[in-house]
Amino acid sequence: MTEELLRTPLYQEHLALDARIVPFAGWEMPVQYAGIIEEHKAVRSAVGIFDVCHMAEFRFFGFDAFDALQSIVTNDLHKIDELGSALYTVMCDEDGGIIDDLIVYHTGDLEYLIIANAANRQTDWDWITSHLPEGVEAVDESDRTGLIAVQGPRALEVIASLAGEGFVPPARFHIAEARLENIPVLLARTGYTGEDGVEIVCHVDHAVAVWRLLLSFAEVTPCGLGARDTLRLEMGYPLYGSDMDRGVDPVSAGLGWVVPKAKTGYIGADAVARVRDAGPARKLVGLQVSEGVPRHEYPVLHEGTEVGKVAGGTYSPTLGHGIATAYVPAELSAPGTELRIAIRRKEVAATVVRPPFVKQTSLSAPSS
Amino acid sequence: MYPKDLKYDKEHEWVKVDGDVAIIGISDFAQDQLGEVVYVDLPSVGDEVAAGESFGEIESVKSVSELFSPLTGEIVEVNDALGDAPETVNEDAYGDGWMLKIKMADAAEVDELMSAEEYEAFIAEEA
Repeated sequence: MTEELLRTPLYQEHLALDARIVPFAGWEMPVQYAGIIEEHKAVRSAVGIFDVCHMAEFRFFGFDAFDALQSIVTNDLHKIDELGSALYTVMCDEDGGIIDDLIVYHTGDLEYLIIANAANRQTDWDWITSHLPEGVEAVDESDRTGLIAVQGPRALEVIASLAGEGFVPPARFHIAEARLENIPVLLARTGYTGEDGVEIVCHVDHAVAVWRLLLSFAEVTPCGLGARDTLRLEMGYPLYGSDMDRGVDPVSAGLGWVVPKAKTGYIGADAVARVRDAGPARKLVGLQVSEGVPRHEYPVLHEGTEVGKVAGGTYSPTLGHGIATAYVPAELSAPGTELRIAIRRKEVAATVVRPPFVKQTSLSAPSS
Repeated sequence: MYPKDLKYDKEHEWVKVDGDVAIIGISDFAQDQLGEVVYVDLPSVGDEVAAGESFGEIESVKSVSELFSPLTGEIVEVNDALGDAPETVNEDAYGDGWMLKIKMADAAEVDELMSAEEYEAFIAEEA
């Protein structure tokens, strides 16, 4: 691909912070600043901020918007009837193949905001708009939308001091308008790290100002895609293109919980129901390894035979050892099953576990 | 950043000669490129290494790289401390982050390595 790489409005900020820049999903993005482990630990213990302006934002409006989107996504949009609530979901093709994973926000009367993966922007847009009836207004707002994730046990403190007196944060999986030092934003209480926090949706022209406001706090650490990946893997949050793609259905991908059994009539419903009835042949599982770092595409073995490949793998900075996800035959997917991963010249023990790999975060209930 | 008393190779290892023994590690440039090191896989005392051949692996969160021996010889000491504290390679690449001590088979191989000035120029060209 010789296509020119895109830059977010924060590109110059990253250079000024001495970030290491890598190509990602068609964008030039920071993979790390001070170091992945340091950034990872900052998010688990204080606050980290992430430039996620590359992600796609679509808005939908109209009396028929609800029904149209309800027939496209697998999860039940009635769960977000309440204005300001949000829902994680996937959307599938007729064969049940996952086109993308999304968060749908009920942002206004008859109005929805969808945030989708950067790499799927065009695919998603084409798919959704080709299934919209006339009369539902759709706008691709990605180029005009800035998105900055603020994540960590102290994230809300930082937001509260910027939002001023009387600020009440939106509840978990809710979105609300706010002003950060007079900059109008939407605060979404969502994230991809397993920590409490928000994702700030703002006009692209305000992204630099918001970024700098956040960095003016000593407890805030800029974090790159490297830490974003280790944080999401520790929580077992799937990544499109690695843990799922068009070739896999949500039930096999461990996302049955975003496909309510009672819901029918959405695209792919029949195919998903068939997988559910028959039981998936292969399932995405978590693997905890004894040594080394499992990485994408490394073979997963059972009694000397290859039974799958690593989907996502990394070193877990919190646990201090390797973790991975992989598709394995359903009969080998029960927690406790002993498998092996070929890490180049070595074969290491890998135990099937139920994610999250890291149980205690600022989002989980306090330990007793 | 590139001590003058060391020699360097194109795979970013450094060598410090002490009589017929050579100490081997990776350069500050290499550790910086790798990022935080999480594993160092080294051979055992008594193993033979050959110039230009792989003797182990070094792994960071994001990537894994082979370690290549700049010289031929027999391993007389291995820095076992890196097993528990691999980050030492980042913190002190030329000191406590050393990897191997080998008894050189052919001291003349050292002459083929780069000086600090040559290595610095080599990096500037690669970047």
